[in-house]
Amino acid sequence: MALISCENVVLGYENKPIVENLTFCLEQGNYLCIVGENGSGKSTLIRTILRLQSPMSGYLTYGDGLRKNEIGYLPQQTAAQKDFPASVYEVVLSGCLNRSGLAPFYTAKQKKSARDNMELLGITHLQKRCYRELSGGQQQRVLLARALCASSKLILLDEPVAGLDPKVTADMYEIIKDLNRSGVTVIMVSHDIEAAIKYSTHILHVAHTPKFFGTTEDYLSSDAGIAFLKGGRKNG
Amino acid sequence: MAKIIFYFQNFPTIRYATLALLLISLCAALLGVTLVLKRFSMIGDGLSHVTFGAAAIATAMGLVTPIYVSLPITVLAAVLLLKIRSNTKIQGDAAIAMVSAGSLAFGYLIMNLFPGKSSSISGDACTNLFGQGILGINKQDVAICAILSALVLFIFIFFYNKIFAITFDESFSRATGTRAEVYNTLIAVITGVIIVVSMNMVGALLISALITFPALSAMRVFKTFRSVIICASVISIACAIIGVLVSLAVKTPVGSTIVVADVAAFGLFSLIGAILKRN
Repeated sequence: MALISCENVVLGYENKPIVENLTFCLEQGNYLCIVGENGSGKSTLIRTILRLQSPMSGYLTYGDGLRKNEIGYLPQQTAAQKDFPASVYEVVLSGCLNRSGLAPFYTAKQKKSARDNMELLGITHLQKRCYRELSGGQQQRVLLARALCASSKLILLDEPVAGLDPKVTADMYEIIKDLNRSGVTVIMVSHDIEAAIKYSTHILHVAHTPKFFGTTEDYLSSDAGIAFLKGGRKNG
Repeated sequence: MAKIIFYFQNFPTIRYATLALLLISLCAALLGVTLVLKRFSMIGDGLSHVTFGAAAIATAMGLVTPIYVSLPITVLAAVLLLKIRSNTKIQGDAAIAMVSAGSLAFGYLIMNLFPGKSSSISGDACTNLFGQGILGINKQDVAICAILSALVLFIFIFFYNKIFAITFDESFSRATGTRAEVYNTLIAVITGVIIVVSMNMVGALLISALITFPALSAMRVFKTFRSVIICASVISIACAIIGVLVSLAVKTPVGSTIVVADVAAFGLFSLIGAILKRN
């Protein structure tokens, strides 16, 4: 059964539809890239998948008993975070919170999971450092480790490479691909169409109505893909 | 010095009041870190004015213990201000300015219309705005204050990890299934409680200083959440002790003395922070 399936969904705010007729499904182990212009409804879709808002109509169903606390999320950075006093370990560990229930403190198992994920992303040596003093790439690794603490089943990444330099961007993409190879299902929102084609298994192209959903291979020969690629290459 | 020891030995009220002040300062500092980081400091300031208005109503009604009226009103206002802030249609800061000035005016008007048994309206207003001398605090105030601050302290420790998570990144917490709105409301409610209990001793206008100064001082020097929390608590308690001792020695109002100590601590920590940065 699909992890997430979306059928004829209409998304929007205050009765104004932004995306219509959205239909796609996500299987365990997929690497889905959501691409599209600014304002095409990508963020709204993310919020809906995270169950922060409901679709205006249509069905969005979660299979394999995917519960709300089984989605790891890497949000776009907010201004408040940038001057926040917090150590790397504190940030990563806070990802474990969603399974704590009412328990006031973290268990030894949760602390171990935080340490394991820091190890996995190569940030163990930074654990006592202040989050706000790290470079952009290091900060994203910290947030990715936190997302993995929240869930190793499905992670949802909202523009994970925004503002990173090319070298760090490439590293970040490799890390995400490695996670996907080890069995983590990935949904990534991106402007970077070249990387989407290089790394993802499936692509969802949204622009008010979904222009394309299918495997990355098919996207390359689709009308939407060809048009978007031309635009992307021209800008890049 | 001998005079201060004499006060502590012979006036149990002073001992209780000092204890209550220390508890208030601790709670204000703990909450302050969260409020400052969540950009909620102005909500604290707005709430203290609401408390002033509420206390005026309670006094006009002839209540001996105004807290029974001011506590529910302030807590309600806390929840409402939080709701307004998350509603993008109304500017949050403008709403707070409206509420705080409105409550001040309303409170002072009520005090003048219904002077009650009190002989001096301006004296009452002054006490509510700036607090009173440590000798003016009665035993019942101290008891209520101690119980409520102990409760706030307990809630803070129990929900420490959740408070960290929603302060650091509310959208992540929401997305991964933490009920952020519940904890935001909880923070607003306990902020309201602390402001109400401290009005009597510190004064409505000065409470926001107890909330913001220790947190900001600690953040000059420390860079992890836990160390900032601990440092802010220590600063706040130290300033409260200094404030009480000085106010007993030279008979100044205790609230403003503590706040001046907090301002001095902020200066000191800014200096330390600047020196550490240079090295």
